[in-house]
Amino acid sequence: MKARTPLSAAALEPDEGGRYGVYGGRYAPETLMAPLEELSRAYDRLRRKRAFQRRLNHLLEHYVGRPTPLYFAERLTEHLGGARIYLKREDLLHTGAHKINNALGQVLLAKEMGKTRIIAETGAGQHGVATATAAALLGLDCVVYMGEEDMRRQRLNVYRMQLLGAEVAPVDAGSQTLKDAINEAFRDWVASFADTHYVLGTVTGPEPYPRMVRQFHSVIGSEARRQLRRLAGTPDPDVAVACVGGGSNAMGLFSAFLGQPDVLLVGVEAGGRGPELGDHAARFSGGTLGVLHGARTLVLQDEEGQVVGTHSVSAGLDYPAVGPEHVFLHEQGQIEFTSATDQEAIEGFHLLSATEGILPALESAHAIAEVTRRAPEMKPDQVILVNLSGRGDKDVESVLEYDAASGGDSASVRHSGSDPDAGDAE
Amino acid sequence: MSPRRKRRSAGAIAAAFKACAKERRSAFVPFLVAGDPSLEATPDLLRALVDGGADVIELGVAFSDPIADGPTIQRASHRALAAGSSLSAVLGVVERHREELGVPIVLFTYYNPVHARGVETFAAQAAGSGVDGVLCVDLPPDEGLRELQPALEERGVDSIYLIAATSTRERIDRAAAASKGFVYYTARSDVTGEREDLIPTLAREVKRVRRRVRLPVAVGFGISTPRQVEEVAKVAHGVVVGSALVRLVEENAGEPDLAARLERRVGELTEPLRG
Repeated sequence: MKARTPLSAAALEPDEGGRYGVYGGRYAPETLMAPLEELSRAYDRLRRKRAFQRRLNHLLEHYVGRPTPLYFAERLTEHLGGARIYLKREDLLHTGAHKINNALGQVLLAKEMGKTRIIAETGAGQHGVATATAAALLGLDCVVYMGEEDMRRQRLNVYRMQLLGAEVAPVDAGSQTLKDAINEAFRDWVASFADTHYVLGTVTGPEPYPRMVRQFHSVIGSEARRQLRRLAGTPDPDVAVACVGGGSNAMGLFSAFLGQPDVLLVGVEAGGRGPELGDHAARFSGGTLGVLHGARTLVLQDEEGQVVGTHSVSAGLDYPAVGPEHVFLHEQGQIEFTSATDQEAIEGFHLLSATEGILPALESAHAIAEVTRRAPEMKPDQVILVNLSGRGDKDVESVLEYDAASGGDSASVRHSGSDPDAGDAE
Repeated sequence: MSPRRKRRSAGAIAAAFKACAKERRSAFVPFLVAGDPSLEATPDLLRALVDGGADVIELGVAFSDPIADGPTIQRASHRALAAGSSLSAVLGVVERHREELGVPIVLFTYYNPVHARGVETFAAQAAGSGVDGVLCVDLPPDEGLRELQPALEERGVDSIYLIAATSTRERIDRAAAASKGFVYYTARSDVTGEREDLIPTLAREVKRVRRRVRLPVAVGFGISTPRQVEEVAKVAHGVVVGSALVRLVEENAGEPDLAARLERRVGELTEPLRG
C-alpha cells in the first residue's frame, strides 16, 4: 500500500479564520458572528484549563464508559479471509454511539459559559439523545430539532429524548431530515444565543465547530492506537475505516493517524440507492464546492447552487455536505473516500450481527461494508481498524422494513454458501 | 446586450438615499422574493413597489436552506423555487426590467448560489444586468472582503453588509468600511418576520451604529405597519419592510389584482414618510 506524504503539524490545525486550506471558514449571518467569536474564545480558554479537562475526563470515564474496548473480530476475520479486523467499540458508550463524547464536552463548555439552555439538531437521533443526556446530567434545558421524516424512522430515539427531559421539535421544512434540522437549530440560535448554546453534532458548521468537535472525538483515535499496540503489536493499522456523514466519528479516529503516513485512512459515504443526484449522500463523488451551514465544503447541489435532496437508509449519513477538514485532507491525499449502498450496508449489518453478535448502527454498517470488500484483498498479517461508531438497536425497525420491502431476503445473505460456519456445530 | 444601454449609473443607491435626504425623509426599501408566486408575476410586483413609493428594492434570491429566515420568507423561497426561480432567473428579471423600474436594485441572497456560479462570472452578470448592489446574508465582511467584494467593486456593483445588534464596534467599523451605498442594520436578533412591537431600545441602538457609520443606515427585521415605519424613520435613513409584503403576496397570490393590492399596501406604508 502506498504511503501518504505526512502532513506538517501546521496543516493539521485550521488558521484563525477556521480554514483548512480553502475549506471551512465562518460563513454565518452577522447576528451570529459575535456569538461565534465568543464561543471560539471560550473553547480555547477552557480546553487549556486543567480543571475543565479533569471534569470532562472524569465524566467520560465514570459516566460515559471510556475507554471503549478495542475488539478483535475473529469470526468476521475468518469469514472474510484476509486482514485481521479490529473494532473500536464506540457502540458500547453510554447512549450507544460516539456522539456523547462531543455532546458532553460541549454541554460542559456551555455550562462554564453560563448558558442555561441547549439546542441541538439530530438525524439518526443519536446526537439528540447524547445531547439530551448531557443536558439532563448537567441540569440544562434542552430542545432537539429533528426532521419529521427522521422522527418517523427513529421514533424510539424520539421517545428516549423525551424521557430525558428534552423537547423534540419536529421540522417539516424541506426534506425533513438532518439538513433541515440544522437550518432550524441555526434559526433558534440566531434569536437565543444570549442564554443558549448550540451543540452542533458534527465536524461541520462555522469555526470553531469543526475543530472543537474533532477535538472532543479525538479520544477515539488516541485510545485505539494505544490499544492496538497492546493487542496487535503495532499502534498503526494498515487501514482505518470509518463511515462519514458530517464526519465526526471518522475525524475522531483518523486524527490519531494523520502523522502516520503508512496508515491508509478510508471514509465511507452513503451510496444510497445509486449514483443519481438525489439518491445518495456521496459528496466526494457527486458533490461540488459550496457553502452550507457556515462552512465552505463539498455540497450536493444543482448548477444554480440549490442544495439537493439526499437519500440513505441511514439517517445519520443522510446529509448533503461534509466536514471541511475531510475535504482538505482528501485533497492533500490523506484520506480516501468510497461509498457503500443501502443494500451493502444492510448486508454489513446482517453480517456483523451474525458473525460477531454485534448489531451495528446502520451508519457504522457502511464501514463494515467497506471492510467486507477490502479485507479479503489483504494479507492475514495486515490489520484493519474499524470505528464501530454506534449500536444498531435503533435501526432494527428500519432493517426489518428494508428486508420486507426487498423481499425479506437480506438476512439470508449470511446463510449463503460462503458462510464459514456452514457445518460448524456450535 | 449593449453594455452602454444596460449600464446603470454607478452609485445609484447612494444617489437614491441622497435624494430622500434632500426631501428630508427616510428611504423606503421593500423586499420581495423573486419568482414568488411566479417569475411571470415578478415584474408587475416590482412595478407595484415602485409605484407605491419604493426608493430602493431588495430583491430576494430564493435558496433551498434559508437559515436566517422565518417561516414567511421560507415559504416564499420554497414557492419561488417550485416555480422555477433561480439566480439565473433573477438576473434575467433585473436585466429586462431594471431600466423601466428606475430604482436601484439590491440582490438579497445567500452566498451559495453566487459561489456556485463563480464570483467573477456572477459579478460580471450582475453588473451586466443592471444590479446595483449585492447583500449576501451569510457572507460577513470577514469572508466577503476577500471573496466577493473585489469582483463586485471592479464592476461598480455595491457591496452591502449587515450590522446586527450583536456587532461589536470593530465589526460595525468593518462592515461600514466594506459597504457602499448603505448598511443594513438588523434591528432584532432573530430570523426575519413580522413583530407586533419594535424593540424598545431600537432608537438607541440605531444611534450607536450611526455614530460610527458615515453611510446611510437602513433598518429592517420585524417592521410591518405604517406606525412602525414612522417610528423607525425617526432614527434611520432607510426603512426595510420584507415579511409583511411577502405575506401579502402569499395571501393574495391567486387574486387578479395582486399587484394593485401590493401597491396599495406599499402606499400605506410609505404614507408616513411623505409627511
